[in-house]
Amino acid sequence: MDNVIRRRTPGARLSRFVVYAVLVGMALVYLMPLVIMLLTSIKPLEEIRPGTLLALPQAPTLAPWITAWGEACTGMRCEGIGGYFWNSFSIVIPAVAISTGIGALNGYVLTQWRFKGSEVFFALMLFGCFVPFQVVLLPMARTLGWLGLSSSTAGLVLVHVVFGIAFTTLFFRNFYVAVPRELVSAAKLDGAGFLRIFWRILLPVSAPIIVVSVIWQFTQIWNDFLFGVAFSAYETQPVTVALNNLVNTSTGVKKYNVNMAAAMIAALPTLIVYVLAGKYFVRGLTAGSVKG
Amino acid sequence: MSSTSTAGAPRHGALRRTPSGLLQDWLPRIVVAPSLVVSLVFVYGFMLWTFVLSLTNSRMLPSYDFIGFAQYARLMENERWWVASTNLVVFGGLFVALCLFLGVVLAILLDQRIRQEGALRTIYLYPMALSFIVTGVVWKWLLNPSLGIEAMVQGWGFETFSFDWLVDPNMAIYTLVIAAVWQASGFVMALFLAGLRGVDDSILKAAQLDGASLPRIYWRVVMPCLRPVLFSAVMILAHIAIKSFDLVMALTGGGPGYATDLPATFMYTHTFSRAQIGLGSASAMLMLGGVLAILIPYLYCELRGRKHG
Repeated sequence: MDNVIRRRTPGARLSRFVVYAVLVGMALVYLMPLVIMLLTSIKPLEEIRPGTLLALPQAPTLAPWITAWGEACTGMRCEGIGGYFWNSFSIVIPAVAISTGIGALNGYVLTQWRFKGSEVFFALMLFGCFVPFQVVLLPMARTLGWLGLSSSTAGLVLVHVVFGIAFTTLFFRNFYVAVPRELVSAAKLDGAGFLRIFWRILLPVSAPIIVVSVIWQFTQIWNDFLFGVAFSAYETQPVTVALNNLVNTSTGVKKYNVNMAAAMIAALPTLIVYVLAGKYFVRGLTAGSVKG
Repeated sequence: MSSTSTAGAPRHGALRRTPSGLLQDWLPRIVVAPSLVVSLVFVYGFMLWTFVLSLTNSRMLPSYDFIGFAQYARLMENERWWVASTNLVVFGGLFVALCLFLGVVLAILLDQRIRQEGALRTIYLYPMALSFIVTGVVWKWLLNPSLGIEAMVQGWGFETFSFDWLVDPNMAIYTLVIAAVWQASGFVMALFLAGLRGVDDSILKAAQLDGASLPRIYWRVVMPCLRPVLFSAVMILAHIAIKSFDLVMALTGGGPGYATDLPATFMYTHTFSRAQIGLGSASAMLMLGGVLAILIPYLYCELRGRKHG
């Protein structure tokens, strides 16, 4: 809606000023926690006193970050959250790759190779987007035990793939629906097979939806806490679980600067993704919820 | 979700009966079969399994001594469950209402040809990229009475300023609302902004020519067009509220005492730490019921709207 008539009356100027003031004011409110987190994370502990929340550090230091990464106690151990940071990556990378791949193939079949019952199949899968995970938690724990995957990285990857394909299928299905059927039909008449059509026709145009799916799955899985806390052991914990343990470990003086540095470390990967590819992030969030 | 008809799906290779032709026919089904099996087992099977467990007296380990709906009866008599359910109503209601209010206001203001709109939008939405654990850790620090916002405002000279909700059993639930609204309201803004951009310009022009004021145009003309967006937003927010677990664990740990327990934390505590698998399963089933109570009317309206639209 770009048709708001610009009136240059004093009243209009005043209301324009108010609009900007509200927007900028709210932006400051939204930014405040991040700024305070960052400021606190580079302050030495002596500078953390009542009333200095917004004060700039007098002697900025990276020591809290180094402690958070390699020395801070997360529960019984004091090895920092660095190792858990890499744990998260070793869960996220395979889980994102597998769930995106499966989602792409499902979406392809659901749009270009419909069969009797494929709509029912889609509806069944879609419900997986909404199920509260509490309802599958205990059976999942038992099943992982039977499969010999309890507390393992492979187990967590499996869980994230299983509950991620509902979303990735939805993304790809809604994207491939817009690919002209004639294109695929012509290829079929030419004798091109299932995989060849996917590889040659669908995949080359899929870049945007792959980015959406990868970003969505990356943030979901990186930020997961419930599965991480329920299905991991000390060695395989994702960084969110380690961060929560670090903050709630009560031994001696509370090192708030270290807590904030650890929170920053856990937040950075998704923040970076968001800043670099915010457009696609928004598209993932709104996929399926705004109808064109 | 766009709609397409199933009619006219071409049948391929119906005449070919070579082994490879048969394979081609069945390949699409073979490709989706694992996903179907996984869904049936891990989603529907597990739901059923949890339901079965909720009918047993399982404690430490699942047992299959059926005791009917006794666990649900116990749940209804459990004070902590009522605290958790009441909290969910308070938290969910305020969370949804405040997110909608802030999101709609920000979206409308951003829609007034604002300079640096992109930057502002990025700022409002970035919390959504964070984990609820990070959000919880940050707000726990901000709301810390002796070092956080309370101390800061007192330092400005307002000696009597008090903001100790985090340690006040009656107020702690509202700290969850603050943190969650901070995290999710930008998302509502993004939804509504996308919706506003889709509203037909000519409707607005007509309303403006009629001399309607801008707020009136938005309230009477634009908002009714965005009813589907409102619907989606409410459903997604309600869904986030029911599933809220991480934020509680990081911000309040359910405390003080169990003042900020939500059904999700209740279920987790009883199933995994208090050896009450039966009771935990019953609470999980009620959570599922809550989600369905939101989802089914939504889907109903969605499908009906599609037929008429």
